[in-house]
Amino acid sequence: MSILNQVGNYFRDSQVWGSIMRHGVPRDRRTRAMAVLSNVFLHLHPVAVRKSGIRLSFTWCMGGLTFFLFLAETVTGVLLMFYYRPTVEYAYVDIINLRNSVVTLGLLREIHRWGAHAMVIAIWLHMLRVFMTGSYKPPREFNWGIGVILLVLTLLLSFTGYLLPWDQLAIWAITVGSNMARATPFAGHEGPGAAFLTIGDVPLVHAGSDARFGLLAGTFVGPNALLRFYVLHCIFIPLVVSVLIAVHFWRVRKDGGISGPL
Amino acid sequence: MIYLLAQDSAIERIKSLINAACAPEFFLPITIVLFVITLVFYRKITLPAVAGILALAFTAFYVVSMADPDFLKIIKKPDNVPITMMIFLVGFFCWLSLRRAAVNDQRMERGEPLEEAGADDKVLVWPDLVYTELIALVLCSVFLVVWAIVLKAPLEQPANPSVIPNPSKAPWYFLGLQEMLVYFDPWIAGVLLPGLIIVGLIALPYIDRNPRGNGYYTFKDRPFAISLYLFGFLILWCVLIVVGTFLRGPNWNLFGPYEYWDPHRPAALVNVNISDAFWIYLPAALNDRGITFWSPGLPDQPALGGWIPAYIIRESPGIVLLGFYFFVLPVILAKTVFKKLYTEMGFERYLVFWLLLSWTAIMPIKMVLRWMFNIKYFLAITEYFFNV
Ligand code: HEM
Repeated sequence: MSILNQVGNYFRDSQVWGSIMRHGVPRDRRTRAMAVLSNVFLHLHPVAVRKSGIRLSFTWCMGGLTFFLFLAETVTGVLLMFYYRPTVEYAYVDIINLRNSVVTLGLLREIHRWGAHAMVIAIWLHMLRVFMTGSYKPPREFNWGIGVILLVLTLLLSFTGYLLPWDQLAIWAITVGSNMARATPFAGHEGPGAAFLTIGDVPLVHAGSDARFGLLAGTFVGPNALLRFYVLHCIFIPLVVSVLIAVHFWRVRKDGGISGPL
Repeated sequence: MIYLLAQDSAIERIKSLINAACAPEFFLPITIVLFVITLVFYRKITLPAVAGILALAFTAFYVVSMADPDFLKIIKKPDNVPITMMIFLVGFFCWLSLRRAAVNDQRMERGEPLEEAGADDKVLVWPDLVYTELIALVLCSVFLVVWAIVLKAPLEQPANPSVIPNPSKAPWYFLGLQEMLVYFDPWIAGVLLPGLIIVGLIALPYIDRNPRGNGYYTFKDRPFAISLYLFGFLILWCVLIVVGTFLRGPNWNLFGPYEYWDPHRPAALVNVNISDAFWIYLPAALNDRGITFWSPGLPDQPALGGWIPAYIIRESPGIVLLGFYFFVLPVILAKTVFKKLYTEMGFERYLVFWLLLSWTAIMPIKMVLRWMFNIKYFLAITEYFFNV
C-alpha cells in the first residue's frame, strides 16, 4: 500500500503530471471544482448543479446517452471508413468482409448499426422527458428548437447510413423514402403545381431536374446516390450535428441548467 | 387427443380473435380508447402494482406470441429488433413520467413539496454527476457490445434493382410517415406533414403559454398539452410504426399479427371519394326510395361559361367540408370549447395552433373514415395531383 502510494505520489508530484492536471486529487471542494473547470470536456458542465436535476429518475440521463451514442457512432464510423468503399462494386463486399473481419471481431459494423437504432430511440425518449417536465418552457424555448433540428438531423443520419451497405434493404428503403420527394409541391415532378412551371412548352420540373433528382443525384438509387449519401452521412451531417450539440449544451447551461420547479 | 385438439383450437380461436381485433376498423378505436383510459385514470394505472401487472401481462403475451411462426418471423427480422426495444422502452418511460406526474399531483393537492423541490440545493458536478455519467456510459457500452455479439445487424441480399421486395418498407422510424401515404397524397404525407411536424414542434414553446408545469413532472397542471403530445407521439408515431411493422404485408395489405403474409390475397374493399358518395351513391339511394329528381352521375361540365371548371363542381362537397373544417370550425371552437385558450393565446398563436391541430387531427379522422366507412379522399382533383 505504502509503495503504491509512494509511486502515486511520485507521479503526481512530477512536472509532467502537474502540466496535464492543473489541480490536485479531487478530494475537497476546491479541487473538485477545479477538476471540472480546468478540463475542456468536463467544463461542459457547470461546477455545481441542482440536486433534483441530476436525479436519474428526472432526466433518465437520456440526453447524455444520446450524446454518448453519437460519440460511439463517430468513433466506430471513423473506423468503418478505413474499410468501406462507397461504390456499387465494393460496398456490399466490404460490409461482408467487415462482418467476418478478425481484427474487429466482426463487431465494428454491428455496433455501429445497432448504436444508430439505439440513438434514434434515445433521442425520442430524451424529447419525451423534456416535454413531460415542461422543460421547453421559457427560458428554454430556443434550446427546444435546436433540439428539434438535432432530431431531424439524427433521423437523416440514420437514413443516409441505411443506404451504405448496398443490400436489398438499403436500396428499397431509400427508394421508398426518396420517392416522396417526387411529390414535393412545385419542386417534384409529380407534385402539385409543378405542371405550371414551364417555359413555353418545356416543363421546368421533370424527373431529371426535380427535388428527388437533387437528393439522389440521378433518377434512381444508383452509384451517384451512394456517393452522395456517403458524403452526407460521414462528413456533412455529423459536422452540423456536432456544432448544434455544442450550441445545445451551451444553452442548457446559459438557460439556467437542467430545469427545476421555479 | 381430443383434449389436445380442443386446446389447440382454443389457441387458434384466441389467435383469430386477436387477428380480427387487429383489423383496422377495430384496432384504431381500441388503441384510442385505451389511450384515453390511461390518461383519465393515470393515477390508478401508474400505481406500481397495476402497471407492473399490465407490463408482465403484455410481456407474457409478447413472448407467448413468439410461438406463432408468422409473428416470430416478423420479430426476428433483424431490422425489426429495434421495434421490440422501442415498444418496451417507450412503454416504460411513459409509465415513469406519468407515475412521477401522479405522485407530484397528489403532493400538490396535499400541499406537500414537489419531488423536485429544493431547487436551490446544489451539489458538485464532480463527483455526483460525472460518476452517474460514467456509470451510464459504461452500462450503455456493455449493452451495445452484448447486443452486437448476440444479434447480427441487418444485412440482406446484395442490392438488385430488378428484384422489388414486396412489401417495400421505409426504414422503421419512418413507417408512420409511410402509413400516412395510404390516406394522403404523397406531397401531403411525404412533404407537408413532415414539414408541419418539424415546424409544429419548434413552434410548440411559443404556442403553449401555460406557465405552470415548468421543470417538474405533472399532469394536472397541463393536461391538454400532455394529452396532445402523447397522442401525437404514441398513437400517430409509435403505434403507426407498429402497424407498419406487424400488420402491413405484401401489396401493403393489412394482415393480423398471426396471419400468413399471402401475397395473392385480394386487396380489400374499394374505397370511394366524397364526391362519388355525394353525386352517385346519395342520388342512387334516393332513387331507390322513389325520389327521382336527381340522377346519379359525376358532373363533367364546366359552369358559368367555363369560368368554373368541372372538377370544382364535382369536388364541391369536399370543398365545403374541408372549408368548414379548416376555417369555420376554429371560429366556432374559439367561441365555445377553446374560449379560455383563445383569450390566453391571442389571434396569431391561435391561428398557428389551429393549423397544427387541424392537421394532427385530420390524420385519425381520415383513418376512421377510411376503415369504418371506406371513404378515400375529401377532395380528389387527380388532374393536378391534388387529393386530400
Ligand atoms: C443529438 C441530440 C441531442 C443531444 C446529444 C442532447 C443532449 C442533451 C443533454 C445532455 C441535456 C442535459 C439534460 C439531459 O440529459 O436531459 C439536454 C437538455 C435539453 N435538451 Fe437535448 N439533446 C439532444 C436532442 C434534443 C431534442 C430532440 C430536444 C427536443 C426537441 C432537446 C431539447 C432539450 C432541452 C429543452 C433541454 C434542456 C432541458 C432542461 O434544462 O431540463 N434535445 N440535451
